[in-house]
Amino acid sequence: MSTDADVNASAPAGTDGLVMGKDGMAALVDVLIGRGFTVIGPTVRDGAIVLAELGSADELPYGWGVELEAGRYRLRERSDGAAFANSAGPQSWKSFLHPSRVREWSADRAKGQLVFEADHAPPPRYAFLGVRPCDLRAIAIQDRVLTGGAHRDPVYAGRRSGALLIAVECTEPGATCFCVSMNAGPAAGPGYDLVMTEVVDDDGHRFWIRGGSQEGAEILAELPGRPADPRTREAARAGVTAAADHMGRTMPEADLRELMAGTLDAPRWDDVAGRCLTCGNCTMVCPTCFCTTTEDVTDLTGDHAERWRLWDSCFDLDFSQLHGGPVRSSSRSRYRQWMTHKLGTWYDQFGSSGCVGCGRCIVWCPVGIDITEEAAALHDWAATTGSPDDSPDPDLPHGDGPP
Amino acid sequence: MTTVAPPLPYRVADTWAETADTWSIELVPVGEQLPSFAPGQFAMIYAFGVGEIPVSASGLRGRHGALVHTVRAVGAVSTALCRLRQGDTVGLSGPYGTGWDLRAAVGHDVLVIAGGIGLAPLRPVVHEVLDRPADYGSLTVLVGTRTPADMVYRDEIESWRGPARVEVTVDRPGPAWRGAVGVVTSLLDRLDLRPERTCALVCGPEVMIRHTARDLLVRGLVARRVQVSLERNMRCATGHCGHCQLGPLLLCRDGPVVSYDRVAPLLLVREL
Ligand SMILES: Cc1cc2nc3c(=O)[nH]c(=O)nc-3n(C[C@H](O)[C@H](O)[C@H](O)COP(=O)(O)OP(=O)(O)OC[C@H]3O[C@@H](n4cnc5c(N)ncnc54)[C@H](O)[C@@H]3O)c2cc1C
Ligand code: SF4
Ligand code: SF4
Ligand code: FES
Repeated sequence: MSTDADVNASAPAGTDGLVMGKDGMAALVDVLIGRGFTVIGPTVRDGAIVLAELGSADELPYGWGVELEAGRYRLRERSDGAAFANSAGPQSWKSFLHPSRVREWSADRAKGQLVFEADHAPPPRYAFLGVRPCDLRAIAIQDRVLTGGAHRDPVYAGRRSGALLIAVECTEPGATCFCVSMNAGPAAGPGYDLVMTEVVDDDGHRFWIRGGSQEGAEILAELPGRPADPRTREAARAGVTAAADHMGRTMPEADLRELMAGTLDAPRWDDVAGRCLTCGNCTMVCPTCFCTTTEDVTDLTGDHAERWRLWDSCFDLDFSQLHGGPVRSSSRSRYRQWMTHKLGTWYDQFGSSGCVGCGRCIVWCPVGIDITEEAAALHDWAATTGSPDDSPDPDLPHGDGPP
Repeated sequence: MTTVAPPLPYRVADTWAETADTWSIELVPVGEQLPSFAPGQFAMIYAFGVGEIPVSASGLRGRHGALVHTVRAVGAVSTALCRLRQGDTVGLSGPYGTGWDLRAAVGHDVLVIAGGIGLAPLRPVVHEVLDRPADYGSLTVLVGTRTPADMVYRDEIESWRGPARVEVTVDRPGPAWRGAVGVVTSLLDRLDLRPERTCALVCGPEVMIRHTARDLLVRGLVARRVQVSLERNMRCATGHCGHCQLGPLLLCRDGPVVSYDRVAPLLLVREL
């Protein structure tokens, strides 16, 4: 499993890969479909680049880019015809690996006895085409959360174990991206089966593609292309290096875990609470947020019941509900829960950051709240108030939880 | 395998009222049996069609390997569980959570402090210490409840007197009440604690836990030897749903029993 340190390591040795044109991309999608994969990739729909099932490579967003800002997302036509020169859209791969709604099991009542039955639907076998480095890291993080502990989430594990990951290195970060700060891009970390870098220059529009696993290498062997030439490799590497230099956002240079733990009483939380609508959009678009709730339903006969699992959000008032009321009733405490979890307590729970710097939460927040700006404000506050108070006075009045 | 294992069917062997709104339920496996529970661990109990909630095991040694749970009706699922009758079936999964660290208590005086239904997860501790007196020092049980009528395990508590020192206090006494009145921490004043030899186990409402733990430290116990069982909303009990977070902790996985030195600073942060 990846760690922070090894994410920007280079591709496994053994193949310099191929250089292929759009025909190679078309062949790749055909090969994947031929091998029985459901191919999911970016495509233009409803004014956005979304992730959807692809029937052919023609559906890739050739010639489309995006303009991103806090609270703003716009498609933009590109003259170079590039397919992957656009950064994260509203969805992430978690929609497929950790679906927003699944039936876990059902129960039937006959003569007073209950009979339980697990849901046996076989998982689809996905090929994800165009996984950005930040999202590749997000998948590694969800792997750790959902399959790395004492209990494995079988729904996630089933979908994940069959999934083929085809990464695309980032050459066109958006104005809201900060993967460099989170050490999650723009070069692809480990975990992919195939990785591509797209190059458009005087030598034409092409993809440098390399294998990262046995299965990836087998697929690579079926693709039309020529051995990678030094000019393409250099152009690809230069594009990725340049991307690292023009990230739109950056996190303060600080130990974010310590910063979060030391600023729980900062007045900035009141400030952001005044703007936050607690709509939970940031949690829905985040590629690592994993929280769910359960719903138990019965049919009209009353003798058949089902257990469903649904995405949930820590911005929901019900999320921390106890019988005496919610633990986190103020929006201040709920925004703080989200951000301190992402950047701080995630380390304690799962050994890494919960944020990969994809910027989605900034783009899709209706009021443009920016996690990097909030972190910077907390950092400034901690710097001006000296070392954060880590020994609160036990006799201060504190909110008493539910009875 | 890509399926979520459903709970196992358990049959209600017996139920009895503890108070007006609290019932104990004795459960036996219909077929396959769950692994055995340690004191302080909890089950997720599924009431058909209504929902599923975390409930501690309050008795581990019922007849034929039965588990006992004590439930206070506060909402839809807990009310459904309190309405169960002999022969009904529920779904059970577990055991979940850390449980009380009784190894840390070996050779120590054991001080059990419960508020209300917080006595439920501590009852197996009392049974364990009474079963193995040679392994532990003295046993003291302090119980606080709202009114005399809200006291769970009333007869059984009386039977602990003798081998254990038992003190009960109520917030609101009735005319017949002869015992102590006031918060459970006031009972500490009457004890001759040997703080360096005492291990305290505390469960109740969070505000009670906070005050009790603080008073124990004032009386010289070290925070490491104070264990507390905390409550948060729980949906999965497997570390996957995120609901039970208390700062860095996932209480279904890292709790519900935690030593006080780990959580003292967290319990002081409002709405964490
Ligand atoms: C580890 C653990 C052990 C517990 N042991 C016992 C026990 O031995 N006996 C007992 O009576 N109770 C116990 N509880 C509390 C019990 O789980 C709650 O009373 C119960 O969940 C309330 O659910 P309800 O549907 O009946 O109430 P409702 O009023 O329908 O629920 C109220 C709201 O509380 C929410 N809720 C979810 N989880 C909890 C929770 N953990 N506590 C409180 N509310 C919650 C429900 O989702 C709902 O939104 C325990 C809780 C935990 C976390
Ligand atoms: S917190 Fe925001 S930037 Fe970080 S991974 Fe989630 S959506 Fe992306
Ligand atoms: S930060 Fe923005 S997206 Fe997130 S809950 Fe608040 S208003 Fe909604
Ligand atoms: S109850 Fe789901 S993470 Fe703890």
